[in-house]
Amino acid sequence: MTKFSLAAAAASLTIAAMTSSAGAQTRDTIQIAGSSTVLPFASIVAEEFGNAFPEFKTPVVGSGGSSGGLRQFCQGVGDNTIDIANASRRIRASEVEACNKAGVNEILEVQIGYDGIVFASSASKADFALEPVHIFKAIAAQVAVDGKLVDNPYKSWKEIDASLPDQPIALAIPASNHGTREVFEEKVLAEGCKAAELPTDAPKEACLNVRQDVVVEIAGDYTETLARLQSNPDTVGVFGLSFYEQNRDTLKVASVSGVTPSLETIASGEYPVSRPLFFYVKGEHIGTVPGIEEYVEFFLSEGMAGAGGTLEAAGLIPAPAEETGEILQNFQNRKAVTAAELN
Amino acid sequence: MSDTSSSLPQQRQHSTIRAGIAKRHARERRFRAYGIAAICAALTAVAILFGMILYKGVPAFWQANVELEIFFDPEIIKVPERPQPQPGQSPAELEKQQLAWERQVTMVNWNRVIKAAIRKAAPDVEIDTKQALSIIETNGRYELRDMFVNDPGLLGQTVTVNLLASANADNWLKGNIDRNLPDAQQQLSAPARALADRLLEEGTIRFAFAWHLFTNVDSRSAPASAGLAGAFMGSLYMMLVVIVLAVPLGVGSAIYLEEFAPKNRFTDFIEVNINNLAAVPSIVFGLLGAAVFINFFHLPLSAPIVGGLVLTLMTLPTIIIATRSALRAVPPSLRQAALGLGASKTQTVFHHVLPVTYPGVLTATIIGVAQALGETAPLLLIGMNAFVAAVPGTPFEQSTALPVQIFLWQGNENRNFFEARTSAAIIVLLALMLALNAIAIYLRTRLERRK
Repeated sequence: MTKFSLAAAAASLTIAAMTSSAGAQTRDTIQIAGSSTVLPFASIVAEEFGNAFPEFKTPVVGSGGSSGGLRQFCQGVGDNTIDIANASRRIRASEVEACNKAGVNEILEVQIGYDGIVFASSASKADFALEPVHIFKAIAAQVAVDGKLVDNPYKSWKEIDASLPDQPIALAIPASNHGTREVFEEKVLAEGCKAAELPTDAPKEACLNVRQDVVVEIAGDYTETLARLQSNPDTVGVFGLSFYEQNRDTLKVASVSGVTPSLETIASGEYPVSRPLFFYVKGEHIGTVPGIEEYVEFFLSEGMAGAGGTLEAAGLIPAPAEETGEILQNFQNRKAVTAAELN
Repeated sequence: MSDTSSSLPQQRQHSTIRAGIAKRHARERRFRAYGIAAICAALTAVAILFGMILYKGVPAFWQANVELEIFFDPEIIKVPERPQPQPGQSPAELEKQQLAWERQVTMVNWNRVIKAAIRKAAPDVEIDTKQALSIIETNGRYELRDMFVNDPGLLGQTVTVNLLASANADNWLKGNIDRNLPDAQQQLSAPARALADRLLEEGTIRFAFAWHLFTNVDSRSAPASAGLAGAFMGSLYMMLVVIVLAVPLGVGSAIYLEEFAPKNRFTDFIEVNINNLAAVPSIVFGLLGAAVFINFFHLPLSAPIVGGLVLTLMTLPTIIIATRSALRAVPPSLRQAALGLGASKTQTVFHHVLPVTYPGVLTATIIGVAQALGETAPLLLIGMNAFVAAVPGTPFEQSTALPVQIFLWQGNENRNFFEARTSAAIIVLLALMLALNAIAIYLRTRLERRK
């Protein structure tokens, strides 16, 4: 009997503690979520931030993809919504509208640097020297043959171009929840589509429709793509540069338009498939959640996102110093993103 | 009887019976063989699984350490003396000054201190600073800082310090990355690899048990120092919430339903629903938790309290069903005897029936908790799959949980290092599960013997 009443007392205590703190809880840890491409960089900065600023708690960094993060970000203002959304693409006008509707009006954009998207195959396989048009022809649902749009007939890379290896076509590309997919479509498929000279009456979607027989869309992270490559070594996968750099022992990178991706070729703009990385700060939370301003400033500092900084060693391509200065200025002036400027 | 010339039909009858017996025996033997084969198949599967995990995970418990003679060089560490309490100074002001001092200490170029120590350990090796530092994990500088903050008197002294080798150096020394691969496919540069090999040979680098796996929190900037402490505390808080909420609620409702509630359509309906609840996939509870506890009750994201509440919902039906069947197994004569001696219904239940069911209830609770401990899917939906580099102080602080940590490490981009780490975390989780089950068995046998 006493045991039972003890347990009951403990239970009521917990519930009481729960309701009281739920009512008056103010969060003192910065909460971040979003792109899995930005996640490693954001986590490193969060950790260093916790070390450098003993008065603040280490920010918590979640994943969920750019779209997932921005959806959480736009849920509203308050302690149980995130403060910062990481994104590997720019926020969309529709997302800004959703944000504004939920009361998030001060969306502060911070660009942290660049990332390269690379095509990689198993290290044991032949070298690939790709052009956007090769990738388009390998991946499109329909291609032009003798001026007519037909279902994609290519089975081997060699059929597309004699310079490519005689290897069955198999591709692992990011699914649409990843920001990487958008960049892939914009920088590779759209370019390749132009060069593939589809018939003039071809519908617009023909450029972006992906065949399902040899293409796997990966909704998880790059580890899943890597697992695909290990189970089928013929697969060519799409990775971030930093992931490739850490797994060079099993992966071999393909050149695109004759340029091999590296920190240098991406920073100089020679390598065509790169994109800026962002995070978005909820202006309404600055002042209520401690440390947000310091976190942003710390992130953009020379030692972190700058040339030769910690993040460069982790695979982020730093933006030129003047660009970073301007971004920091905009943040400090609280220059919010509006739907109008994105359209 | 001995008449061999007995009638032919009788002989035929005998042989039919004999054939029948032989057939029955064969069938029995066959069935036993199937049973043994089934058990062997199951055991092999378990053995392969455990063998793989142990084979992959055990090496992660030993990690390369670098023993360096660190000289706290006053030339490099140029900071003023630590602020001391002054008369008439408020504590807040002192704290502010000390924080400013700590920041100054943090800004000291500790890497130069480490570099100087590596130089001393291998004086004749020609290597540039960046490459030399690439064999030491990046948290080394914070370890030195913490040492100095705790004891500013170290300035000008030489101390032997054990620093972790970097994840890349650990991979190289363990051969996780094929050592014959060319430079372009290696993570460490050739001079750094040579330096690591040489230090290992000289005994400066040693493999030691990785205690920090249990005491450190997760880390991405210094992967070699990543540990399970945060995830472990997160799981512990969740289990506390589950035990505190699910056991009284579950046992209470089971007692009421079994002993007091009238048997009618309504209670039948409840019973059916409890059984249904036990079969609901756990991810559904996660969705429910996100909608109710986070969006409606505004509980914090990624907090063990929310995880605990979700897992409570999941564990409740298990405990209710097991407790009810334990109550049902108590012979009615016990109740009748108590009632016959004038005990009230409540007295009968709490003094006589319930104590008999303790072993059953306990087993149910521990199995329910063990199941909750390994649950991952619902936690992903309430934001517990975040990177948290701190040990939660209360159930309301952000945290991960052990199974989620396994999931996160599995997805880490440094595959060569985290593959082993992931298996090590699985070993820890499995050990916890086995311990819980062992406790369940021990308590059950003890309580049953006492009866």
